[in-house]
Amino acid sequence: MLEAILVLAILAIIFGLLLGFAAVRFKVEGDPVVDQIDAMLPQTQCGQCTYAGCRPYAEAIANGEADINQCPPGGETVIIALADLLGRDPKPLNAEHGEAKEEKTVVVIDEQVCIGCTLCIQACPVDAILGAAKQMHTVIKDECTGCNLCIPPCPVDCIHIVPLETGLKEWKWPLPDTSMVKPDTSNIEEQA
Amino acid sequence: MARKLWHFHGGLKLEGHKHASMVDAVEAAPIPSQLTIPIQQHIGAPAEPIVSIGDKVKKGQVIAEMQATVSAPVHAPTSGTISAIEDHPVPHPSGLPNTCIVLDTDDQDEWLEGRKTHSQFHLLDPEELRILIRNAGIVGLGGAGFPSYLKLQPGQGKLVDTFILNGAECEPWITCDALLMQQRARDILDGLSIMRHAVQAGKCLIGIEDNKADAIQALSDALTEDEKQYIEIVTVPTLYPTGGEKQLIKVLTGMEIPSHKLPIDIGVVCHNVGTAAAVADAVIRGIPLISRYVTVTGTAIDKPRNLHALFGTPMDFLLQQCDVQRDAVARLVMGGPMMGFEINNLQTPVIKTTNCLLTMQQNDIADEQTALPCIRCGECARVCPSQLLPQQLYWWSKAKDFDKVQDYKVFDCIECGCCSYVCPSHIPLVQYYRFAKTEIWQQERDKQKSDHARQRHEFRQHRMELKKQEDEERRRKKKELLKKTQGDKKDDTKKSAIEEAMARVQAKKQQQNIESKNMDNLTNAQRKQIEEADARRERMKPDDSQEDTNS
Repeated sequence: MLEAILVLAILAIIFGLLLGFAAVRFKVEGDPVVDQIDAMLPQTQCGQCTYAGCRPYAEAIANGEADINQCPPGGETVIIALADLLGRDPKPLNAEHGEAKEEKTVVVIDEQVCIGCTLCIQACPVDAILGAAKQMHTVIKDECTGCNLCIPPCPVDCIHIVPLETGLKEWKWPLPDTSMVKPDTSNIEEQA
Repeated sequence: MARKLWHFHGGLKLEGHKHASMVDAVEAAPIPSQLTIPIQQHIGAPAEPIVSIGDKVKKGQVIAEMQATVSAPVHAPTSGTISAIEDHPVPHPSGLPNTCIVLDTDDQDEWLEGRKTHSQFHLLDPEELRILIRNAGIVGLGGAGFPSYLKLQPGQGKLVDTFILNGAECEPWITCDALLMQQRARDILDGLSIMRHAVQAGKCLIGIEDNKADAIQALSDALTEDEKQYIEIVTVPTLYPTGGEKQLIKVLTGMEIPSHKLPIDIGVVCHNVGTAAAVADAVIRGIPLISRYVTVTGTAIDKPRNLHALFGTPMDFLLQQCDVQRDAVARLVMGGPMMGFEINNLQTPVIKTTNCLLTMQQNDIADEQTALPCIRCGECARVCPSQLLPQQLYWWSKAKDFDKVQDYKVFDCIECGCCSYVCPSHIPLVQYYRFAKTEIWQQERDKQKSDHARQRHEFRQHRMELKKQEDEERRRKKKELLKKTQGDKKDDTKKSAIEEAMARVQAKKQQQNIESKNMDNLTNAQRKQIEEADARRERMKPDDSQEDTNS
């Protein structure tokens, strides 16, 4: 009897220590789901989801504060991917946050009009605008995510949205016209 | 002598339609008055133009240089003057224009001087050979256009056991390789020997379909005793798509290339016969890749044949050489009927990968029927040479579930078109796979871009945080400094400090009032004058207006 209690007690101590050690050794900093969600978001940092960027939105989704359909730049693709990850039902994009864009856009600065106020530089979340005070500014096209956050602060309205040019490399085959898939019933009617 | 051959899965027996364009020998097409030379005629990065408008160039001169590893330079196909560098329609399924160098030809066809020839290629180092081949702008002439020098670089620790030369040319209508083998057998064998030396390969196999008896004969006749030691010409059964790289390797060696691997990974290198002839030209004669054999055929052509055309020649110009019935052309296809794509602009130039111009009349394409629902017959899976499941790929592509499409190995699809050809419901299956592939590439690009944006955003936040801390630090230090200085002057009251400052200002003001800055170094006479003026001013003070009249 005593032996059994002793053995169990020793076992309990060993496992307790093991668990305690594991809890310290393999401690995960932060919520890994947030990283996974953040990896799916388009990283435009546009704030259309009402959060201050993609990561805060990812955190809000993970905490259950935000819904998965608040990201217009991501559109359907991101909603489906998020629904897949979180085991929820996909739902249509919430129109309150804007509409999904048909094509990718970037902004350009009309350099003739720019007064060099640096307000757009401060607004750009990815440092895609180059310039200095009272110097002409310009947008680095390759770095622009098309979030349009630089447009409201501009005092002279010299920033314009333009569609991103697609070259041969970016060209995509279109989906074959599925509306053509319909049975030809003329023969059946003739026979009847 | 009969070599054991293997079979690949599926495949189709197709009607060849090859005879008509093989009657006449290949002739050089005339040089048009203007050549439009695209800077991208290969897989990889486009070449960068190094000529400017108005430059006179000689035949064979480099006009665009490669800027990346996977790229190829472009040479002037003839002599003339560069008249423009601008966007023109190029042979691409999108029909989008791309940068082209426009060359006004001068009929002199004058070669660049100082071309280097190497008849003793055996004495050259493999690396030197690769550089010669690279600088000659040679890309795979079978259709894909992958820079050849890269395929001749086995990489560290990889041995090439078998070198395969692809003369299968399995697609209907196309005959340019068959005629090349008939007319330039010697060059092909030389090119093969050069490439064999470049990769230090053992045995060489030339695979030719059994419907090209003349080509097999020509090559066998040209084979020297010495070459017979390592080169074997193998006749393979005519079956589409034997000309596919993976399929030909399977037929000749029985080996299959694993998914996402290259032939080099199983010790095989495979090149097209056209590439071999181009390599011989480049190394032995110093001629860069500036022209090729092009089959001009189809039902709207009265005189189907092969032409030796310069790159940049408008397709319309070649069609005219073959008595085209212009009004009857309902569709022009570059490549064969199975894998080619439609060209919408007849002025589109011939490029390095243009093996065939196929014309179709209205009644040829009239049988194309609208797609019906899939009936799950499984014919597509039976003919697929890559042993894929075309139905599954079709469902998932249509549903845009690209993870599933990749699970079903869409990237092992060689787009041969067998599945679409046999589909009783006329579903354009290959179109769905092409759609899925380009969508997946797009998603990958988007992912890269968003990762990059995240990095930049996080760095920006980090930077702002640092700046905030720095500001905080500075403010704190300033406060401390202020406290310290105030501590030193503890006995001085604030009031006295202000009074002191006021007094300082007052003193400064008075000083400035008395002495104007421009009154140093004055002569006595001047001083006197000033004094007089001051006295006058003093007198006049009540009435200001008189001062002006006096002075």
